[in-house]
Amino acid sequence: MNAGERRARPSWWTIRGTLDSRAYLAIAAGSFVLWLTLWWAVTALALIDPLFLPGPGAVLGRFRNWLLDGNLIEDAGISTFRVVAGFLASALIALPLSLVIGAYRPVRAFCEPLLEFARYLPAVAFVPLVLLWSGIGEISKIALIFIGTFFQMVLMLSEDVARVPMPQVEAARTLGADAGEVMRTVLLRSALPAMFDTLRITLGWAWTYLVVAELVAANSGLGYAILKAQRFLQTDRIFVGIIVIGLIGLGTDQLLRALHRRLFPWAGTRPI
Amino acid sequence: MKAKLTVRALYKRFVTMGGGFEALHDVSFAAASGEFLAIVGASGCGKSTLLRIIAGLERATSGDVMMDEQPILEPARDRAMVFQDYSLYPWLTVLENIQFSMRLKASARQGTAQSRRLALERSLLLLELTGLGPVRDAFPHALSGGMRQRVAIARALLGKPELLLMDEPFGALDAQTREVMHELILHILAVEKRTIVFVTHDVEEAVYLADRVLVLAPGPGRVDSVWTVELPPALERTPELKRSTEFTALKGRILDRICATSGLQRDLVALQRLTR
Repeated sequence: MNAGERRARPSWWTIRGTLDSRAYLAIAAGSFVLWLTLWWAVTALALIDPLFLPGPGAVLGRFRNWLLDGNLIEDAGISTFRVVAGFLASALIALPLSLVIGAYRPVRAFCEPLLEFARYLPAVAFVPLVLLWSGIGEISKIALIFIGTFFQMVLMLSEDVARVPMPQVEAARTLGADAGEVMRTVLLRSALPAMFDTLRITLGWAWTYLVVAELVAANSGLGYAILKAQRFLQTDRIFVGIIVIGLIGLGTDQLLRALHRRLFPWAGTRPI
Repeated sequence: MKAKLTVRALYKRFVTMGGGFEALHDVSFAAASGEFLAIVGASGCGKSTLLRIIAGLERATSGDVMMDEQPILEPARDRAMVFQDYSLYPWLTVLENIQFSMRLKASARQGTAQSRRLALERSLLLLELTGLGPVRDAFPHALSGGMRQRVAIARALLGKPELLLMDEPFGALDAQTREVMHELILHILAVEKRTIVFVTHDVEEAVYLADRVLVLAPGPGRVDSVWTVELPPALERTPELKRSTEFTALKGRILDRICATSGLQRDLVALQRLTR
């Protein structure tokens, strides 16, 4: 290879270098293919007992079976409902609260240390309490998702509000904006893209706590199906449950990313 | 001439964990109506703090800041401020940024249909005056640093502020863009006569633009000296002026004062010891 050719093709291995989107997609698809192939090879060569690791074919078969004859749609539906309900309950309280925390120092002093303490409380350890307080109905699953996501969410959202550049706030004040207007037309508006991203990330955590909730107390949903499959040693069914959760997560994430680009075309990567 | 802005015996102490420090010590000066006053000084002399107190963004520990004999306690529309950077609203277009104050209650309260129409006309006029017509619908992230500062200036001027406060408005710009901005600001001021307090670390900029230059000394910030710029009136100043003997002489004297107050000295003995 001569010097000219080397210059024409920039190295992929520059630290924080660039990669065009076609190459990115190709590599991303390649990684999925690689792991699937590895999975298929290991099981096709019977290196592992299918009881521990069923092959892709078996999992796919179980998926079709569960989808057509079983209640995969209902299971995924009820799980999604629980995640969305717990997540929305959390977000509805966290959004206004974080705005006030990010805006006013005394409120921050009042809430932040308490929230920092609360976020270290293991949500899973709340399961007995939640069951005691709210029984085994839908409320208990939603409550557990709430406990798992709320504290982190408020802290991260208030950080987004606190990161709004000070000159944006002060310029508004010198232009005659009152406190309410600074909150609504500057703080909220300016932090919105970052807050949207924070919500996207915390939605992923909601799925984690959903499975915990359904493993403990449920008679429907993907987490429950996974637990039941374990009892009957249906490893392929466990795999289907896990993969379906992963796919729903990946799908929502990509959807929200696309929505972010549509809603906030003005949001650059650095403050203006 | 009548004083638009009066600062009398101003003190500012910041309280920190380890005690506190004095940022401003007995600062007094006045700016006449229509005057362009520049404030320069070594870094840490409290010039930005002083401007923020005048804007009402910060409270003085003691002393008076008065505009038209009225004490300044809060930010208000008649004291608009231009910041060094990051003050534009990235979700608004250039024109919407300039018109930002028109959407606020403060302007709606006194807003008849007539005054709203006038404000709209004025925003379009300022858009043209600052040469931003071609990019009126662009978002800030697509603009150069110089263009962004032009938007900030137009936005501040929209409400016809009595006092225009500028905190190193060209500090983040490259030298060429800064020269262009100097011409622009002189041009605008010929049309829009305002009282201006302009904080900068660039002495050449201060002398070129201002009627008077106030030098603050650091540790704690206090008035060191005030210089009257005996140069042709603003509109007759051209970039060539910056190379004239009068201009460079005044610039040199002010720079010497800043060096003297910053504690820097040409200690040749110490330098020799360093190189040994």
